[in-house]
Amino acid sequence: MHQIEKETVLDVRGLRTEFGLAECPLVAVDDVSFQVKAGEILGLVGESGSGKSITLRSILGIVRPRGRVWGEILWKGRDLVPLDEAALRRVRGREIAMIFQEPMSSLNPLLTVGLQISENLAAHTDLNSKERKARAIELLDMVGIPAARNRLGDYPHEFSGGMRQRVMIAIALASNPQLLLADEPTTALDVTIQDQILRLIQALSRDLGMAVILVTHDMGVVAETCDRVAVMYGGRLCETGLTADVIADARHPYSLGLLRSIPRDVAPRTPLYSIPGAPPSLNALPAGCAFTARCPVAGPECRDVRPSLETTGRQRQVACHHREEALIHFSAREAAQ
Amino acid sequence: MPSLSYLLARLLQIIPTFLLVMIFIFLLVRLLPGDPAIAMAEAKATDAQLEQIRHNLGLDQPLPIQFLVFVKNTLTGDLGRSIMLKAPVTEIILDRLPTTIFLALYSVLLAICLAGPLAFLAAARVNSAVDVTIRSVFQVGLSMPVFYIGLVLLTVLAAQMRWFPVGGYGTSFLDNLHHLMLPALSVALYTSAIILRNLRASLIEVLDADYVQFARAKGLSRRIVMTRHVLRNALVSTVTLLGLSIGNLMSGTLVTETVFAVPGVGRLMLEAIFARDYPLIQGLTLTFAVLVSVVFLLTDIVQSWLDPRLRQS
Repeated sequence: MHQIEKETVLDVRGLRTEFGLAECPLVAVDDVSFQVKAGEILGLVGESGSGKSITLRSILGIVRPRGRVWGEILWKGRDLVPLDEAALRRVRGREIAMIFQEPMSSLNPLLTVGLQISENLAAHTDLNSKERKARAIELLDMVGIPAARNRLGDYPHEFSGGMRQRVMIAIALASNPQLLLADEPTTALDVTIQDQILRLIQALSRDLGMAVILVTHDMGVVAETCDRVAVMYGGRLCETGLTADVIADARHPYSLGLLRSIPRDVAPRTPLYSIPGAPPSLNALPAGCAFTARCPVAGPECRDVRPSLETTGRQRQVACHHREEALIHFSAREAAQ
Repeated sequence: MPSLSYLLARLLQIIPTFLLVMIFIFLLVRLLPGDPAIAMAEAKATDAQLEQIRHNLGLDQPLPIQFLVFVKNTLTGDLGRSIMLKAPVTEIILDRLPTTIFLALYSVLLAICLAGPLAFLAAARVNSAVDVTIRSVFQVGLSMPVFYIGLVLLTVLAAQMRWFPVGGYGTSFLDNLHHLMLPALSVALYTSAIILRNLRASLIEVLDADYVQFARAKGLSRRIVMTRHVLRNALVSTVTLLGLSIGNLMSGTLVTETVFAVPGVGRLMLEAIFARDYPLIQGLTLTFAVLVSVVFLLTDIVQSWLDPRLRQS
């Protein structure tokens, strides 16, 4: 590795997003801190309802229904949390862009694809309409849409799901953002298309030097795409580290469970592993570790005492009271298989 | 824009509609009890005189022949002579029609001006005090018959406050606006209640849609997000409803024009029915059918202009 140490572009510190009444708030994101370096792809992994999407939306200030956001979101040194709408609009789409999970419902069905790209350019650049059109063709071309020139006048329903996701990426890339927030960009797509889209995002990140936060529930996607990974559960981070390290040597019982649930070299008709139980709802989070109820190695203190994220190695953090027991528990299972 | 072939196909659909409408008009009038010859003749007319009147009206011919004559005459713009007013039906209707169309457009505009901004206000803060107030006030409008609202407006604003005339029609455009304010408003209160309910619901739905979140994430100005992305999508279903309620409104003029003594085709229809003026009833029913068809045609065109997905089929 002879990579030059890249500068940190996004530094999230103690992010907390809550909904509902101030007296009994529903905390969707709780004390989440992470950094993203220029050109890096960070995977944010967890089950549905773990707060991944809300984390992304909090960064852009588009949480809906309107939530309360605390903590610091330092974008190139400037805190985004206290900014007003007008100031945030100059960051949204221009410096930080976002793509959504559902390519079917995330493009406006009534507007041509050309207009949906060029309105982005109109908001963030000084290009005239002719230049915007040329740039739109260039963008569609870049994300791999065949005969891009002829497709500007087409409407979203005239594209397939994978093509729509490419269109959404083209829109997001319109004004050369330095950070792309990708909210489960491949979940709604066929497996083969998934792979194409991930490769596209990877290539764009590499070629344009653009950082990416890739939200997914799929450890396989992370393994293929991300430089670093942060595992989220119940609105909190439980483990962060370099992708290779976390995959080879996970330490948190939840990450271990997630990795175990990826089928690898299994004989036909053997039942696949799944983490027992379901994620807790926001109004039933314990004071301690959110994973307690489903954790195979939880002790009596886990429910009440919140484990802090502790540095356990190079670029490695884990929040668990029972790291040793977890390792023993899961390696014993491995041996049993 | 919708393609020419779409427009042509849509126009062709009108032909069977009209054929059906004409069959219905023709049969309904002939199935009504009462003899137009007796209505037309003097009290002491002999049987021979009645026979003569029937012959003049073509009522002694077999029904299919009568129908063909009816269709042929209609297509050439000849709707017969009114028994009651002793003048060509086409002339009478063309004379009264502008008033009714003016009243209809006036009330639709009022309804849009009332419902549009208030729907936005209500949808912006769902279930807030503002939202609940707006909805309950308009709920009252929806649950009152139009003629009752009309009478209340007449009593308060015309008879007591004397801000508006009690009835009739003006002589200039501005004068018309003044004269027709109350009838237009009483219809508009009803129509706007329907539009408000629908527009509020679709605004709430669209405000939560992924493409609106995406538009916000693109950093577009609030104005562009609200008009280009939110309003336009919310309008698709509201336009349908607006078309339907304008269609309704056409027959609603019957009551409104009577209450406010507006000399339009609605009041004329009522008079024609009481006088059993068959040719006039036929002509007016056909006129209403044409008006409603035109409104629905326009609705479809506006919709296909708004929503590209509708242009294909």
